[in-house]
Amino acid sequence: MSADLLYSEVEEELRASVRSLLGHHCPPGEVLARAESAQPYDLALWATLAAQLGVAGLAVPEQHGGAGAGAREVAVVLEELGRHAAPVPFLGSAVLATTALLACGAGELLPELAEGTRTAALAVPLTTAPGADFPSAVTAENGLLRGRITSIADASVADLLVVPALAPDGPGLFAVEAAATGVGVARRTSLDLTRPVADLTLEGVPARRLAGPDRSVTALQQALLTGAGLLASEQLGIAEWCLATTVAYLKDRRQFARPLGSFQALKHRLADLWLETVGARAAARYAADCLATGSPDSAVAVAVAQSHCGALAVRAAEECVQLHGGIGMTWEHPAHLYLKRAKADQLALGTPGFHRAALAGPVGLPG
Amino acid sequence: MDLAARVRTLLASYPPGTTAPLDFLRARFDAGLAWVHFPVGLGGLGLARSEQAAVDAELAAAGAPDNNPRRIGIGLGMAAPTILRYGTEEQKKRFLRPLWTGEEVWCQLFSEPGAGSDLAALATRAVPGEDGVWTVDGQKVWTSTAHTARWAILLARTDPSVPKHQGISYFVCDMTDPGVDVRPLRQITGEAEFNEVFLTGVRIPDEHRLGAVGEGWQVAQTTLNNERVAIGGQAMPREGGMIGVVAETWRRRPELRTPELHARLLKGWVDAEVVRLTGERLRQQLAQGQPGPEGAAMKLAFARLAQELSGLEVELLGEDGLRYDDWTMTRPELVDFTGREAGYRYLRAKGNSIEGGTSEILRNIIAERVLGLPAEPRADKDLPWKDVPR
Repeated sequence: MSADLLYSEVEEELRASVRSLLGHHCPPGEVLARAESAQPYDLALWATLAAQLGVAGLAVPEQHGGAGAGAREVAVVLEELGRHAAPVPFLGSAVLATTALLACGAGELLPELAEGTRTAALAVPLTTAPGADFPSAVTAENGLLRGRITSIADASVADLLVVPALAPDGPGLFAVEAAATGVGVARRTSLDLTRPVADLTLEGVPARRLAGPDRSVTALQQALLTGAGLLASEQLGIAEWCLATTVAYLKDRRQFARPLGSFQALKHRLADLWLETVGARAAARYAADCLATGSPDSAVAVAVAQSHCGALAVRAAEECVQLHGGIGMTWEHPAHLYLKRAKADQLALGTPGFHRAALAGPVGLPG
Repeated sequence: MDLAARVRTLLASYPPGTTAPLDFLRARFDAGLAWVHFPVGLGGLGLARSEQAAVDAELAAAGAPDNNPRRIGIGLGMAAPTILRYGTEEQKKRFLRPLWTGEEVWCQLFSEPGAGSDLAALATRAVPGEDGVWTVDGQKVWTSTAHTARWAILLARTDPSVPKHQGISYFVCDMTDPGVDVRPLRQITGEAEFNEVFLTGVRIPDEHRLGAVGEGWQVAQTTLNNERVAIGGQAMPREGGMIGVVAETWRRRPELRTPELHARLLKGWVDAEVVRLTGERLRQQLAQGQPGPEGAAMKLAFARLAQELSGLEVELLGEDGLRYDDWTMTRPELVDFTGREAGYRYLRAKGNSIEGGTSEILRNIIAERVLGLPAEPRADKDLPWKDVPR
């Protein structure tokens, strides 16, 4: 196997920059306060990430105004965003929508996204898994879109919506301006406070077709596969925060005249969690490398990474709440931000069970 | 001369087709191609460990004999790194070459009936004589290859008046000494892969001590760390190990399939792939000279996986799962975790979380050394060994 499972120096530098910026601009207290405000997304932080570090255009080729980096670098950013439960539309705009637009050949829409001056979302329910049937919730007739799509990630702050729709000649991907007449975006009260979902209603909205029957299916598939594979890195970041925070707490917290972390029952739980996290790093890194190189093993790598990392992040967040005891159950402690993100991520882009079942064919283990 | 040229020279001077295997292995050792990361003169060239794989591949492709590493695993994986690090020049010269060629098999005399996870509590005594020879009395257990071994690495208590970790010394024990009595220890699989070893008045010259008197515990850490890497750290292809066996059964026997078993099989496949990738990542880190703590994780993960998958296979087999190939007591020279039939594999895998450090002890190690959590309170930490209640 030739896949590089480590981090390059450039990738470590990128991580350090993102981590430092998030450390200054995205402390848990502020994330928590923002979650209940009128705007749960931190658009100032998003603008800073885009302007200072070029994060919004990381995966956009240089000729379209981006950094021309690949899936490996995007994965590193997702690790750090997960570690901070950062409320920015990176997954929706810089991963899902950007991948779909690139696969459609719609490069002309990318410079503004890469700059971060505009934001896009891929209009599918966040639960849509790679390999799912092409969505039929929206129809396109005479260039006008009609229909309703629910539970879209990052849609409430998107200027541009990339909408899969069925036209008389077959499936297509369409660009819709969020500000156009007839577009309704309703943010839903969401389990994940830091990445709320929104419902989209389209009532005869003029749209530009980006790809027709020949390219739209593979473009959507590519976006979902890339999103699922890279989401594993966000899940790794969540798990690492939960593990590190819990270890630090158990070293500090004393009961029965001993640090809680000296009790073997608790140490063994954390050792097991660490072990799973080490595995998650290898699996997420392999998926990112496969996506970056266009490896024929990408589908297997993504399914393995999602199956493992999706479950791990939830377990890490649940252990974080439990091992913090009473304080872990309070609103003021940030553990619940990670639990909610982890649980929503577990459903996102295919559950672990879905991804395991999806392996049966590719690895030759039919049911 | 570069490495590839050295390999070509060896093959030209000792054509594998016409050279006796042992002569070839000795020549390979003397050419520094046994383990290239060892020093010059001791079977190596002082190169990076990562350069070994290419040498092995080239020699295998040329039809050269290997040293049957699974037969001499304890020597290669545990004794050799310890001798290299702590041995005198004489000891290195005497022991490493026949160890590597397989002329001399090694075993490990560490565990005792009263010292398992608490290995440092061991009670085998070594008493110095005026003639510079130690006399050793005690009982060791779980000793694989004791019945084929020429030499053993041995831990014995040389000072009972100090706390347990401080009074231990590390020796090389001659297994042909008349005071060494090896008895097979039958295990749940029916065979006797391990032995009990009774030591009665065994004489060990002081030249066969490794490291200073009283520093045996530190020396043993080198052995034990290498043991865990050896158990969990081999490179694996996808579907290598137990998952490959179960997957093969699944493919061959469609009539056995159920949805519930299918879900568990796919979960096991993912777990196996994650462990494989973890090991691959560890090897990439080692090759770059940045060893990560993943080493400690590998044995733990390997044991859990082998047990889950071998148990699944017995269930999958239905009626065939009720049978067992052979309970006859044999004394195998080497162990194959994925060998024989499903029942054997299931039972043998139970040992994977016990041998070489139990999974519970490994979790303690991870928690304390990797995560930095505080140690358990230890009642015997500062007590002289002879005063510890037992």
